[in-house]
Amino acid sequence: MAKTVRRPAKSARSATRPLQLRYLAHARSGDKGNTANVGLIALEPEFYPLLVREVTPARVARHFRGMVHGVDRFELPNLRALNFLLHEALDGGGTISLKTDAQGKVYSTALLRMEIPVPLALARRLARS
Amino acid sequence: MTGQAGRPVRIAAGQGFWGDWLEAPVRQVQGGPIDYLMMDYLAEVTMSIMQKQKSRDPSAGYARDFVPLMERILPDVVAKGIRVTSNAGGVNPRGCAEAVLTVARKLSLPRKLRVGLVSGDDILGRLDDLIGRGHPLADMETGRPLSDVRDRVLSANAYLGMAPIVEALRGGADVVVTGRVTDTGLTLGPIFHEFGWSSEDWDKVAAGTVAGHIIECGAQASGGNLLKGWRSVKGLENPGFPIVEAAADGSFVVTKHPGTGGVVSVASVTEQLVYEMGDPRSYITPDGVADFTTIQLRPAGRDRVRVSGIRGGPRTPMLKVSIAYFWGYKAVGTLVYAWPDAYDKAKAADRVLRRRLADLGLTYDQILTEFVGVDATHGRLGGAPSAELPEVQLRVGVRARERAPVERFTREIAPLVLTGPPSVTGFAGGRPAVEEVVAYWPALVDRREIEPHVRVEILEA
Repeated sequence: MAKTVRRPAKSARSATRPLQLRYLAHARSGDKGNTANVGLIALEPEFYPLLVREVTPARVARHFRGMVHGVDRFELPNLRALNFLLHEALDGGGTISLKTDAQGKVYSTALLRMEIPVPLALARRLARS
Repeated sequence: MTGQAGRPVRIAAGQGFWGDWLEAPVRQVQGGPIDYLMMDYLAEVTMSIMQKQKSRDPSAGYARDFVPLMERILPDVVAKGIRVTSNAGGVNPRGCAEAVLTVARKLSLPRKLRVGLVSGDDILGRLDDLIGRGHPLADMETGRPLSDVRDRVLSANAYLGMAPIVEALRGGADVVVTGRVTDTGLTLGPIFHEFGWSSEDWDKVAAGTVAGHIIECGAQASGGNLLKGWRSVKGLENPGFPIVEAAADGSFVVTKHPGTGGVVSVASVTEQLVYEMGDPRSYITPDGVADFTTIQLRPAGRDRVRVSGIRGGPRTPMLKVSIAYFWGYKAVGTLVYAWPDAYDKAKAADRVLRRRLADLGLTYDQILTEFVGVDATHGRLGGAPSAELPEVQLRVGVRARERAPVERFTREIAPLVLTGPPSVTGFAGGRPAVEEVVAYWPALVDRREIEPHVRVEILEA
């Protein structure tokens, strides 16, 4: 699914403000061994391209730095969803883990805390709703 | 057969895990027409818990809850011609099947009950033979060969697919009891039996796999644990567990019984689809490989979502094996600290505790501290807490290969109440318990080593 994304013009990029993903997406997370997965689903179909462009694996890795080690991303345009694998996120996972969230159930909302730059008009509309 | 007659086949989820809501299967058989009830009991570590129970009592080793549940629903199951598929058999499917037959006799049903028994997934007794003949059963995550932990293995089961379930249904089973059959196989079996599809029609296999994945976690597809618009999800005191209506073209509708709570929507189905997902293009099961990027969802009326367009590819030559082995010990202790400066007091207590453990010369594989109310769910992302926080729970966990350091840790929590920072409470539960840690070892094995050993028997009562 690797696609080259055209860099938005500088003026378009500057007319943004940071907004938490909770206003743009919902999510569910689970586990596979010591890896947590987070499925990030656009709340409206038109938000999906924004998620693809802004919620990069590098940014997600930075968001979770110190908490996970390695992030993979997969695209599901049919579901307007991105799937993230957060490696070494669960203190060993399964029965070994000592974490409250040993099965990664709430990494979902932890990702929704992340801020991405959102066009001003959209940010204003979402903040009102 | 319903499927060949053109009517969709209705497969209802009754349990999403061992410990799920006990009323769900009863309401599924009584709340409206269904053809099949599927009940998934097995998570990754469940088999090792069952193996431990079986080692103490040879008649145990399966999901015991299943038997009283069957006692409640068998009269309806027989009267309405509903058929049940379940992996409740765990590491003792024969014991489970016989227990079901015993309750069937007690109920004096209007006709005989036929129970299909699927075995052959259990390879614990064959491990040395397999290793000796060059199957390393290496850990899929670390690559280490199983010989590294061979003497500590507690259970070993290959994941079987739909084939033995189809065979049991063809043999007339009313209830199919299996060991480690995949969650999705419990749904694929009924669909392939009804429509008579070839098990090498890969798109159909993928479609049935997706159907199975959607309902295998019970109400998690129908409003339970739904994040989007959670406040508007009504009636969760009586959640309608999901039902798949499978059509002859491979498409299906996800729905629930009328009059039940929860919701079936594109959002509820999508959240379940992404749950525990890896690479969406290759969702691998023993029956085939489904491509989740081909799934099309659209609303099809109230609490109805149509699922179509699913593509898939051939099954792989390997089967996954779920191995559990003894790892060591762990314990978790908690105390609650109150306002003012609750977080600072809890942090001070944690420092005291760790220093005492170090002074005693105790070492651990891991000591993990969480402050519930501050960082237990989202770590540092939750930000710095206010000094006005009403309370914080200190939660400290340790794990070690040896029992002694863990045992001693459990005796170091209570003393903090009188010898540590003030405003502490919440110690009514007593000393924390030392738990045995059984770890999971996922591996692969050539399916030709497993499939010839799979047996299907039909028992009657």
